Amino acid sequence: MLIKIVEHIDLNEAYANLHTPEAGAVNLFVGTVRNHSKGKEVVHLDFEAYEAMALHQMQHVANAAQSKWPLCKLVMIHAVGAKSPGDPVVVVGVSSAHRDASFEACRFLIDELKKTVPIWKKEFYEDNSVWVNAHP
Amino acid sequence: MLFLLISMEILLFGIAREIVGKTKLAVPTNQNITTVKSLKTWLGQQYPAIQTLSSLAVAVDSEYAQDEDVLNGDNEIALIPPVSGG
Repeated sequence: MLIKIVEHIDLNEAYANLHTPEAGAVNLFVGTVRNHSKGKEVVHLDFEAYEAMALHQMQHVANAAQSKWPLCKLVMIHAVGAKSPGDPVVVVGVSSAHRDASFEACRFLIDELKKTVPIWKKEFYEDNSVWVNAHP
Repeated sequence: MLFLLISMEILLFGIAREIVGKTKLAVPTNQNITTVKSLKTWLGQQYPAIQTLSSLAVAVDSEYAQDEDVLNGDNEIALIPPVSGG
C-alpha cells in the first residue's frame, strides 16, 4: 500500500506500485486541474494539506476499501502546492484479480478522499481567488 | 493548579487560516473552553467570518471530533474548514 502527499505526482511510480502478477486488473484514477470553474478561467490552483491528518484519513479510506473488496495493491497520492491546468493533483488506484472490484474500489477511494481528507484547494482566476467549497 | 495554566493551541488551515490571519491560535485559558462545541462558539464570536463557512469541523489527534468531545491541551487540535481535495 502506497499512501503519500507530494509536491509532484509521478504517474509511473503510482502504476509501478500497482503491478503484481496476481492481478488481472489495474485501475488508476488521475484527477487533474481543470482550466475553468463556474464559467471562469482558472489560472492556477494552490493545494494545502494538514499532512499528518490527511495521511491518517487516507489510511482509513484505504483500509475501508481493502475490507470491502479483494484487492492486491492500492495507491493514494495527493499533490500540494501550486498547480497549473492539466497537472495531476490526485492519483488513486488498485489492482485486483478481476475488473469489477477494481472499478468499484477505485471510485470509492476518490469519492471518500474528497469527503474526509483535510486538503484544501484555492482557485486563482484573472481577477480574484476563492477557497473551493468554503461557502454555501 | 498547573492544569489551568496550560493554554490550548489550535492549528489553522485554508480559509480558517486566512480568516484568523495565522497558522496557530492560542485559546485564552480564561474562556472556559472545554469542549469542541464551546471552541466553535468562541471562534464564531471572535471571528464572525467563521460563521459564514459551509461547515466547520474540529480534529483531535487527526480524527474528526464530535461537538460534545472534551478538549485537552495535550492533544493536537485543528480547525477543519470545508475540505476540497481531489
